Amino acid sequence: MGETRRMGQLRRPTSDDIFVIQSGIFASAIIVVLVLTGYVLVSGSVPVWSKFGRGFLTGTTWSPVKEVFGALPYILGTIVTSLIAIAIGVPLSIGVAIFLSEMAPHAIRAAGSGVLGGLIRTMLRILSSGIELLAAVPSVIYGLWGLFVFRFWVLDYVETPLSKYLGSVPVFSGTPFGLDILTAGLILAIMIIPTVSAISREVMTAVPLAQREAAYSIGATRWEVIRISVLGYARSGIFGAAILGLGRAVGETMAVTMVIGNAIGAQAIPSSLFRPGQTMSSLIANEFNEADPTSLHPAALIGVGLVLFMFAITINVLAQLLVWRVLKIKSGSVE
Amino acid sequence: MSNQSVREFKDWLAFIIGGVCVILAMIPLLSILADVVLRGLPALNLEFLTSGPGVIGQPGGGIANSIEGSLILVGLTCLMGVPLGVISGIFLSEFGDNKYGRFIRFLNDVLSEFPSIVVGILAYSFVVLTVGSFSTIAGAIALSIIMMPIVTRATEESLKLVPSSIRDAAAALGIKKWRSTLSVVLSTGRNGVVTGVLLAIARIAGETAPLILTVLGSQLFFSGLTKPVDALPLRIYRLALLPYASAQQQGWGAALVLIAIVLTLNIGVRLATRGRMSSVRS
Repeated sequence: MGETRRMGQLRRPTSDDIFVIQSGIFASAIIVVLVLTGYVLVSGSVPVWSKFGRGFLTGTTWSPVKEVFGALPYILGTIVTSLIAIAIGVPLSIGVAIFLSEMAPHAIRAAGSGVLGGLIRTMLRILSSGIELLAAVPSVIYGLWGLFVFRFWVLDYVETPLSKYLGSVPVFSGTPFGLDILTAGLILAIMIIPTVSAISREVMTAVPLAQREAAYSIGATRWEVIRISVLGYARSGIFGAAILGLGRAVGETMAVTMVIGNAIGAQAIPSSLFRPGQTMSSLIANEFNEADPTSLHPAALIGVGLVLFMFAITINVLAQLLVWRVLKIKSGSVE
Repeated sequence: MSNQSVREFKDWLAFIIGGVCVILAMIPLLSILADVVLRGLPALNLEFLTSGPGVIGQPGGGIANSIEGSLILVGLTCLMGVPLGVISGIFLSEFGDNKYGRFIRFLNDVLSEFPSIVVGILAYSFVVLTVGSFSTIAGAIALSIIMMPIVTRATEESLKLVPSSIRDAAAALGIKKWRSTLSVVLSTGRNGVVTGVLLAIARIAGETAPLILTVLGSQLFFSGLTKPVDALPLRIYRLALLPYASAQQQGWGAALVLIAIVLTLNIGVRLATRGRMSSVRS
């Protein structure tokens, strides 16, 4: 770094040096925030770790009255709902990204610049901003919609048929109610679409034109070009986008809290998709205000927060590394 | 020849599947907008917008204290989050082309995707426990931690779009680097920074999870920085969980007010900067 070397020469720092250092200090606030978060979560949950040790991660009892805490059902709840979100949200998002960035421009070109072309162009712009607007809807409004509208769609059109025909399969056992793990997973799937499709589009546009032209020149159809050149090239970036979606799903709180049914302890183990569950974040949102500050309860909730923090850090670091690698190739090819 | 037609059929099928994906993704947005407007509109009237909450479970009362609380929270958050974010963004754009800059940029991207409830725990442990009660200031600190990375990124991206010839011209006039950065580069990239700030405001105005742990919510109007306060998203959450039809309708009404604010900011910014700032992610 230039400024430290200049400082080392025992010259009076100029106003420019001070500016660089000051703005650097402001930028370092981000490190402070992350370190403080880690510190607060560890120090706040020490009593729980010293009392239960690893048992906190494997226990299934959650009793503020008896002061026995095990977080396993909520860890599993977070994993299962996020996996449902990924399994449904990611293919849909990739479809959206392919359509909007690879197929739609072709359709516009085919339609020409007349009235029809203009109409298609306007429609596509509306569709594409509509999907971006999904990201702008506050999560509590997803929760409200999930609680009063979406829940009944899931109950009537997904859960009832599934339970009728596949009720003997353990994951579809039980009476569907609409406020359960499946609904939470599906609402998360909707919520990750804008993130995953936006980043997938970004990495797809980063695929060099020569890749596509090479495939076209040997007579590939549009779909073959997408499959071979674009998806092949952008694969690791799209994977990163999916992981980023996973990170969103893992951390999402309000919408899940409002539709997951908020089970506690062994009841919350996600043994069937039609049972009420609980995720780590929904547990914290539900119980934090009611926790008696003199008991172990707040420490247990902060302990759950620490596990969530570890999940989120791992997932996001992985995702950023994957997306960066692809986008760096892009900036490298431009320069 | 039949091989060729199979390939063309696959091409056509892929186009249809892609289109279906887009339509499926649009359904939730349309349904959310329609439900919020149709169910929220009957709740809206002058009393709803200008008075505090009434008796729980009975019709009447309003969300004025929640709107006031949200405005105060957003204002305080901007006071902290905008300067921090803009100056960090300046650092990354102007002096960040080195290992340290790349490290900060990386952490910034990680933090911007962070679970907001964890930020709530941070603010709770440091501010709520120190002050001794749930407070407005704790909420504003939590929200500014969420806002900062968004503003940083937007500032960096928009300053990077400023042509280097402008920096060179300022340097050629003998203007100091810090002076030219603040008054030449920053003012050239001003639109992008404002865009980022507005999108960040739209995001924090709808944040709920960290507020549960910091401002708690209140039936009263704002009464001091160290006292609990209400906020619009928090009110929606509490109203939605009440078992009374009138409360739930008020919840939809509050949701209509919130979504109107958030979408106006988003759509307004999009229309004003169409095509220019596509790289700013919220």
